[in-house]
Amino acid sequence: MRAAKTELGRSKPHRQASEIMKLGRMGSFHQNRLSFMRVLLRRATSENWTFERSLFDIDSQGVGQAIYTAKTGKSRYSLVAFANDLPPEKRSDRVIATEWDASFALFDGIPTPSDLARLRKNIPAQEAGRVTKKELSISRANRSVRLWDHVVNSLAAGDQPKLNLIEDVGYLMRTTAVYGSGKFGAADRETLLERPEFQGSFQVEMLTVYLIRTFVMDLVEHMAHAKAPETAVKLKPSLRRKFGIGNSTGLGMAPFIVNHPTLLNNWILSRETALKEIREIKIVENEDSELFIDCVKKSLTNITSWNTDSEYQQKKISLLLKNVEKFINYIENNFDFKTEYPFNEIYLWLEQNTCEECIEYIVSIMMEPYSNITNPLVGNMSSDEDKYFNIPTNRTVQELRDIIETRYPNILDINFDQKENHQNFWFISKNKEEPRLADRFEEHGSELEQPLAVARDIKKLYEKLLSEKNNSSIAEFLSLNSELRHVVRRAFIIEKFPYSEIQDNTISKNIVPIDMLRLKLSFFGALKFDPRSDKWLRICMFEGAPLPGELKNYDEQWVYKANN
Amino acid sequence: MRSLSEIETAAKRASRAVGFSWGNSEEVGKSIRLLEMFGLQGIKTLNHYYKERETKNFEDLNLISEKNEPSSEAFCPIILGISFLDQIKLIENFDSIHFKKIAHPVIFLSFLSRASELSGKKIHFKFDQNEILLNLNVNISSNIFNQEFPKFANEIEIKFINNQDNFTASEWNSLYKLAENTFVEETDSLKQGAAGAGLTDND
Repeated sequence: MRAAKTELGRSKPHRQASEIMKLGRMGSFHQNRLSFMRVLLRRATSENWTFERSLFDIDSQGVGQAIYTAKTGKSRYSLVAFANDLPPEKRSDRVIATEWDASFALFDGIPTPSDLARLRKNIPAQEAGRVTKKELSISRANRSVRLWDHVVNSLAAGDQPKLNLIEDVGYLMRTTAVYGSGKFGAADRETLLERPEFQGSFQVEMLTVYLIRTFVMDLVEHMAHAKAPETAVKLKPSLRRKFGIGNSTGLGMAPFIVNHPTLLNNWILSRETALKEIREIKIVENEDSELFIDCVKKSLTNITSWNTDSEYQQKKISLLLKNVEKFINYIENNFDFKTEYPFNEIYLWLEQNTCEECIEYIVSIMMEPYSNITNPLVGNMSSDEDKYFNIPTNRTVQELRDIIETRYPNILDINFDQKENHQNFWFISKNKEEPRLADRFEEHGSELEQPLAVARDIKKLYEKLLSEKNNSSIAEFLSLNSELRHVVRRAFIIEKFPYSEIQDNTISKNIVPIDMLRLKLSFFGALKFDPRSDKWLRICMFEGAPLPGELKNYDEQWVYKANN
Repeated sequence: MRSLSEIETAAKRASRAVGFSWGNSEEVGKSIRLLEMFGLQGIKTLNHYYKERETKNFEDLNLISEKNEPSSEAFCPIILGISFLDQIKLIENFDSIHFKKIAHPVIFLSFLSRASELSGKKIHFKFDQNEILLNLNVNISSNIFNQEFPKFANEIEIKFINNQDNFTASEWNSLYKLAENTFVEETDSLKQGAAGAGLTDND
């Protein structure tokens, strides 16, 4: 890719947070070059990482342990896997499960025999066990009941599994949790920040899932061989690549984007900056426009192979497909890439003519030709959150009021006295310590509500400020209003970080929590979203991604070719 | 071993459970995390304090002046600490600040450490026979080593230490003279060719 040409004076603003940070819009985001999964693979390639399987001690019932090590040049990171023969009736994606088909730890280095013995005791128990700072993540996964037996039986019979079944499901196992960043005693994120490979967001988790994918492929081949050693074959590489690792995500992930405002801002700001700079390109080279169009067209099979039982998602997919086809028609018949600032023209057309899902879909693909724009932004996608924790208590009430009026305009219009606007409450369940959402007029527990109703509390803060003297200090205000401290903090954060806040009501009757999940999962790099309810969805990671042995020379646009 | 992130979360939630607002609880979480990171007994002390709160009414001090004395029970170290942080711009100009009776002063210490960073000044914290120097939230020095941190502070004095050199001008000059021994005396040819500009640098 050559340097993009821009012309001074045709600068485009970033898109408004008040528009982009609405839940419906955030829930329409798609993976792109900035996604953490793709960031990991690019680093692994550029730094010549190698991968080795040093242990595979699994019996014919699928019980045992395995170790896969990523060698990054300076460091070693080992996935320690424990495979289990789980009775089908115990298989559950819910976080209340206590056993899984496989459990994992990402170990910092290469585990010794005593590390392995310790992990064997604790990892299959997951959060009921304990881990140490040598463990960077813990995770667990269950088999796909739709696909596992078919693949084992096909390979055992000497056949390859059916492509259409693989494409329908996309994975042989799905993780039900991947815990890093200090959870359950694992290494705190701060302890890893000096390692360049982990400075980006969720790189520990991405590496974990990538290694799990390799383990799962080996496991299924092993089970096929155990079943019929005389006739069993391995998966063809082209089919092996088709499998990703599924993930089943519930509300556990939802509070994250509320609880990490500066991080959320930096993710979204990077994306918006990429879009802004691409819109500012005056002359687009043929090579770049052709790549863009090629990716859009090839991505159609991603949409048509996007299977879900959810009526909600089926409608979205159908509308997305129609809009993308409409867009392709426009690009091919009514648009000339020789126009100045062509991507800006495209973006304006999208806003006028397509749904939110399509706008964000095409915005993602616009980034494909421009590694020179997106790669430098990757380094901006983490945050030293502690730096922005303290409240500037010498500022005034007037300043705070102004910030709220500027940064939360839509929130101030919401009438929280209406039942439907405060219908729900977020809480943490006692038995699993996981977030939940319930109707406060139907269920007990709202007195223990978590501080995730930011819109409501900002409005409360604003109304309180209206009766305060303008030049009173924040310190004076807080001395009498400590119950609003958490949103005072947030208001000073959003002053500097415009994309830090969801510009929506997270406790309304109509909230669709999976919008919160989709936002985060799009940054992970998830391709297809399969809602199982409005609070739970399945996705697939690394589907179609290069295998460890293919990283030296892979097609960066593999995400659009996975189903071609 | 618990991670710092777990420590912060547990301290925050426990603080909310005993009645602090979410915002104040977030402050407690950060402070206890800090204590544990410095090797001080944050979780243990918080536990003791919250048990005591079940039977005693500690006093909230919202506005700090140069002399502060509770009317009956001791000051709550959490509200005191938060007030100290919030009012830092005012109180850093006091010559000294005196308190009587602070419960579990190690909790207050964590807020002082953060205050030191916020103000950009070292803080000298003296209570009863104990002295602690808080250094911009980077480290803490004290004469309390290998001892249980006192559970109560009777007479407390806090001073902000203005930043100044710890050495005299002549001590500086002496050392600097040594440092100059690593510099090269410039000959005419070095003056000519070793720099970027010429001997005269004009248009």
